[in-house]
Amino acid sequence: MVADVNTSSAGRRAIPENPANNLAIAGIRLPVWNKILIAILLVVAVIAPFFLEDFDVFQMTYALVFAMAILGLNLLTGFNGQFSLGHSAFFGIGAYTTAMMMAHWEVAFYWTIIPAGIVCLVAGFLFGLPALRLEGLYLALATFALATAMPQILKYHAWEDLTGGVQGLDLDKPESPFPDTLSDDQYLYFIVLVVAIILFICAWNLVRGRTGRAMIAIRDNPIAAQTMGVNNAVYKSLTFGVSALYTGIAGSMSAIIIQFVAPDSFTFLLAVTFLVGLVVGGVASIPGAIFGGFFVLLIPNISEAVADMTGRTDAKGLSWAVYGLFLIITVYVMPSGAAGLVRLLVGKLARRG
Amino acid sequence: MTKLRKIAIATTTAATFFAGTAMAGNAPGVTDTEIMIGNTTAYSGPASVYGTIAKSISACWDWVNETGGINGRKIKWVSLDDAYSPPKTKEQIRKLVEREKVAFTFQTLGTPTNSAVHKYMNKKKVPHLFVATGATKWGQPKTFPWTMGWQPNYQTVGAIFGNYILQNYPNGKVAVMYQNDDYGKDYVIGMKRAMGDKYAMQVVKEETYEVTDPTIDSQIVSLKNSGADVFVNISIPKFAAQAIKKMYAIGWKPAHLLNDVAASISSTYKPAGIEKAKGIISVDFYKDPNDPEWKDDPDTNAWRAWMDKYYPGGDKANKMNAYGYAVCHTMMAVLKNAGDDLSRENIMKQAASLHEVAIPMLLPGMYADTSPTDFYPLEQMQMTRFDGTRSVRFGPLISAETE
Repeated sequence: MVADVNTSSAGRRAIPENPANNLAIAGIRLPVWNKILIAILLVVAVIAPFFLEDFDVFQMTYALVFAMAILGLNLLTGFNGQFSLGHSAFFGIGAYTTAMMMAHWEVAFYWTIIPAGIVCLVAGFLFGLPALRLEGLYLALATFALATAMPQILKYHAWEDLTGGVQGLDLDKPESPFPDTLSDDQYLYFIVLVVAIILFICAWNLVRGRTGRAMIAIRDNPIAAQTMGVNNAVYKSLTFGVSALYTGIAGSMSAIIIQFVAPDSFTFLLAVTFLVGLVVGGVASIPGAIFGGFFVLLIPNISEAVADMTGRTDAKGLSWAVYGLFLIITVYVMPSGAAGLVRLLVGKLARRG
Repeated sequence: MTKLRKIAIATTTAATFFAGTAMAGNAPGVTDTEIMIGNTTAYSGPASVYGTIAKSISACWDWVNETGGINGRKIKWVSLDDAYSPPKTKEQIRKLVEREKVAFTFQTLGTPTNSAVHKYMNKKKVPHLFVATGATKWGQPKTFPWTMGWQPNYQTVGAIFGNYILQNYPNGKVAVMYQNDDYGKDYVIGMKRAMGDKYAMQVVKEETYEVTDPTIDSQIVSLKNSGADVFVNISIPKFAAQAIKKMYAIGWKPAHLLNDVAASISSTYKPAGIEKAKGIISVDFYKDPNDPEWKDDPDTNAWRAWMDKYYPGGDKANKMNAYGYAVCHTMMAVLKNAGDDLSRENIMKQAASLHEVAIPMLLPGMYADTSPTDFYPLEQMQMTRFDGTRSVRFGPLISAETE
């Protein structure tokens, strides 16, 4: 997690070894710590659903879906510097692609994931092309427009028969093929876990390779990157596409696990939620997306519980105020997100080893 | 009989006995002292006026619990906000069924919201009782045996409107505005059924609106420009009030037929301006507390006394609080009849076995009646006309009894 700078073997030229690899905490070198933590995380991820109730497994799955969506946003905003307030639109496109395929053409849910991703890849790329001309605030506005327009586009009566209009589409819950060992919710969890692991590995490799370096260079200094031979236009549009692909696959999975899509699920508020997850997890941090995903799932639930503790039936709106409070506290305590906090701790604890 | 046979018979009998009791096991959320009932309602958002129904039901359970409960069990009422948003309803209902483990849900509010959980509740075999919406699709015992509505269904109301137009405005031009979802469309289906070919001939303009729209002013202007002299308005209080205001502002005075759910003095006419709502025609099936006819009515006075004691914060002029009281009594009847067998199957069975049960605050002559083939508890209503102070009932009690 500390090894940000490239240590891959892609391009065996004189790239200096990451000096951080020589540091150690409690005698164990950092790269080894990385591997240990990943292993622990995987073990927990695999055995946890067997100790939790179905609803909590569903919540964990949902958190993973958010993590994937935030990862998509991270690729674009964190690593490539293009600010997007419109990722709820790609999430929605992915979800609706899956929902329409499942509802109208009775496609099994696993065959809908890749088409949903491809549709979003194309949509993201097509949006990224004109967005090339926009920077910073103006790009934010353009993506904001996309996010605001999406629910209305989904409700439009001309294609109401396909999208289900305002009512949305109701889907059948996929059934576990091993009903004795895996409940439906556990089955879906493992499917989402596998997809998430694949996406995270791909993202990891992407940012550590030449493409990643180009993306980061464009973020840090676009003119210098152009001078070094990076084709800004191509990379920026492609990053938009890939980012939309990730968020679209996340959207597709959300439709599968909730079995319901409606236009009002994909409002601008969702895009803000992704952004919150991005910041809380740590901008330009791939593992941070996991923390971000869990944060945006759990904190609203905790806020509602806290608001209910006041015992008043008209305090339902209070949960949003509590959510805001949690957010302020989090950003105050961890300004660089969870990943930044980890970096800080490692910095304090690590010794030459 | 050989010894072996005796043992065999004894064990089989014991097994059947225990199996029998195991099958009649109570629903989750039921203990010896408590029944946990789940609910989702619009406490916030565009339909938040309806939140008072769930609040009045909560007050009703307070009264029940204070007077000893039902068959010795108290009611635990778990009511969550869904802001009239179907995805939120799905989430909250899953929480209620899978995490809180309620025995069943009662009076979940809204047509689009209940539509989102319709299949889920039936798949999970959880009673989805007396939903707070009159959509016709809640009465399908064969395909959705776990869902049941309560109030007279919307298609019947639409048909009543259709018949009224045929009788009173046989050559009139009709404008229709409806909410663009299952709720609004249901009424229109009823109207079309009653009017047949004449619907296409008489309806000169149809307009729709989304629940998320901030205003329907442009729809009203467009409908006025159609030159219609009859306006059928299928909306919820927020938009009905807007419509009344706008119609007055642009000087459009057609015969105004407003659907029952939106025709509320306190939630619609007062905010719009009581004088502007004069002449609005609607239907009703329960007593409006504002009606001077019920000033000294013992039934209504009992309700008023109950409001004073258990829901003092509630508005005694808001008939939705009478609705909540009435539907709560229907639920009480079902639970009383279920006795000690509070399995989900039996609760559903009792809900489908109400024989002409008298419910307080319903219009005189009305009762709740269900059967395994009739999942519409209330099927009678009367037309009303608002005279500036109250909705005056006219005509006979119309019955739309199905099977």
